[in-house]
Amino acid sequence: MTHPEPRRSQLLPALLAAQATDGWISETAAARIATALGVPLADVHGVISFYDLLRATPGPEIVQHVCVDPACALAGSAALRQQLLAAGAEVHDAPCPGLCNRAPAVLSESRGVFVPPDLAARDLVDGDLRWLTPLCGRGRPATLAEYVASGGMRAFERALREPGQQIIDEVRKGGLAGRGGAGFATAIKWEAVAAAPGPDKYVIVNADESEPGTFKDRILLEQDPWRPLEGALLAAYAVGAKRIYVYIRGEYPLALARIHEAVDILRMAGYTGSNVLGSGFSVEMEVRSGAGAYICGEETALIESIEGKRGFPRLKPPFPVTHGLFGAPTVVNNVETLAGAQALLERGAEAYCAYGTLKSPGPKLFCLSGDIARPGLYEMPFGITLGDLLARAGGVRGNLQAILLGGAAGALVGPEALGTRLSMEDMRAAGLPLGSGVVMVFNTTRDLGEPIRRIARFFAHESCGKCYPCQLGTQRQTEILERAAAGAALPGDRQRLLDVGWTMTDASLCGLGQTAASVTLSALKRWPELFPDA
Amino acid sequence: MPDTVHLTIDGHGIETAHGATVLEAARAAGAEIPTLCYDPRCAPNGLCRMCVVESQGARLLQAACVTRAVDGMTITTESPRIIRARKTVLEMLAASTDLSETPDALAQIAETGADITRFAGGRVRRPPVIADNPMFVRDYAKCILCWRCVQVCADDAQYAFAINFDGRGFDTRIGTFFDKPLPETSCVFCGQCVGVCPSGALKPLRAWELEQRDSAAP
Repeated sequence: MTHPEPRRSQLLPALLAAQATDGWISETAAARIATALGVPLADVHGVISFYDLLRATPGPEIVQHVCVDPACALAGSAALRQQLLAAGAEVHDAPCPGLCNRAPAVLSESRGVFVPPDLAARDLVDGDLRWLTPLCGRGRPATLAEYVASGGMRAFERALREPGQQIIDEVRKGGLAGRGGAGFATAIKWEAVAAAPGPDKYVIVNADESEPGTFKDRILLEQDPWRPLEGALLAAYAVGAKRIYVYIRGEYPLALARIHEAVDILRMAGYTGSNVLGSGFSVEMEVRSGAGAYICGEETALIESIEGKRGFPRLKPPFPVTHGLFGAPTVVNNVETLAGAQALLERGAEAYCAYGTLKSPGPKLFCLSGDIARPGLYEMPFGITLGDLLARAGGVRGNLQAILLGGAAGALVGPEALGTRLSMEDMRAAGLPLGSGVVMVFNTTRDLGEPIRRIARFFAHESCGKCYPCQLGTQRQTEILERAAAGAALPGDRQRLLDVGWTMTDASLCGLGQTAASVTLSALKRWPELFPDA
Repeated sequence: MPDTVHLTIDGHGIETAHGATVLEAARAAGAEIPTLCYDPRCAPNGLCRMCVVESQGARLLQAACVTRAVDGMTITTESPRIIRARKTVLEMLAASTDLSETPDALAQIAETGADITRFAGGRVRRPPVIADNPMFVRDYAKCILCWRCVQVCADDAQYAFAINFDGRGFDTRIGTFFDKPLPETSCVFCGQCVGVCPSGALKPLRAWELEQRDSAAP
């Protein structure tokens, strides 16, 4: 099948391949890739220098990436780091690799490539409504045969006999909203792409899960890749897309391996390719690896990345539903959203809506970590209270001080929030973010200033540098918080934090900058004593 | 499609061409909206956010340089939120880079009363001057990352593609392929980057040499 994929789109795959071969990207390799793909040399260097995992200089054979984000810090990442250093290891401070449920996390890199940690057995998966995760948490990945035997692929086979519009209508009736953080109505997105003119349309599975505290998509991808991929097939059929890209963050080597395998198995089984199951519908699925950039979870930055560019978010409008990948109408959906679409379409909207709340039907994945008895992935119907969710995970270890909701881009709340019902509408009414389902618990022995500083540093590290408020504000926010921790706060620092925070929130170009101060601002309001003013 | 759209800016009804941005509409009507990165010769990117305005119904501030004027829009170009954003951006920028040769920034600092020492003491961007060719010097200690040089070197004008971005976040710089001197790149020394630079970061070699000599004089 032909498609208008420009050569430049192969830039990131080519650079990653060069690094896998040589351990780094030499000037010669970069120049050859530039020539082969027709990309200017300066652009190639610009791309290499943007992505954290790409190396333009030779490095040590083995590097240990130790997570420096909040959940791992609670579990002793600083001590682990010291141990590794004492043992003579090359240690890199790494952003959250999505292993918060088995913190402290360390990922090994050997000659420029991550070594997949085969630790699936240690992921605890539990919950009261197991529609997305029935095959997860068993210590081994599900096979396609098991998935099909459990009812999988029936929704896709049935869909192939129906008009695409019928699928979109069912998703609308099921009230499915995006699970990546923004909560946008999935049916509206699909409908817009279906209605957009143009012969080429795309579906992108956003598996660039990088929100500190989040590991739900990793577990789905590693243990039951079939469900989100069936969701992607359903989306592609519904909107008339002939090509699906699965973009997985580079820090998920096991998920990448599993998805590569699953995509090949689906092709062998006839679920992708031309004339799928004799329906006349043709679709191709391709896996892309990220290379270390949180910003690429932002849908337009992700699109730029697939196009072989630095992950700069685009101006919106126009939106990806009309001007997405290669300028064509594009659906970008989070992994959990697509697994949810599969669960909805397998059961039908009516059965799906029997659980959850009126406005947030069905199940939601919650990532519990920190000071909680049984950290893990919990699939619960929407509407459970925060307190009941903590109880379901065995309760708080120690006395509850605070909970980080929604991840680094979320908010810190105190015990007074335990009665809040976890649904899109209840959270919105309470002015709280549901985000990607992060619930990170801090007991009263913890210094709350520490996670706030770690999150600030995370954003300073991950800002793309495009717009001024975020490029400058993430740096200044970190500096103010760090001097406060060092006992060197200046007069007026609290007002500085407020001005930097609100400037980023109000004036940044994309969602990263707009949320880079949300944890700080939430804490300033709830725990003003944490922010000395000289 | 109608040729014109009608919007309200600071309470005044304005008629502007279809497809115009809020910034273009406002400036044509005589309303002042400050900008730093914007250059009508280059594709606007909404980087500096100095031109943010409030648009009725929008939750966040909007960058006027990249927001299309549409019928019925109600725009406010000055409010406490807007002033805080502009002032804070200027204060943070002044603490990061040398603005002594960015007249637009200096004028806006004076106008808003921004305190350029407010974020002092943190990290600054002060890379050494690069004088690697007979035509011009690159003094990135003065760079405000407006992107104009990269844009005119690429598809906004020259299609030479000699420079691009290096690094990211606060550490973003303008760079060449593996930091090569400009004569070893695809640079054709057209000088367009020097022409669009608003901050004195790119300067003819002769002018820079004379400045050095002058400042070194006893």
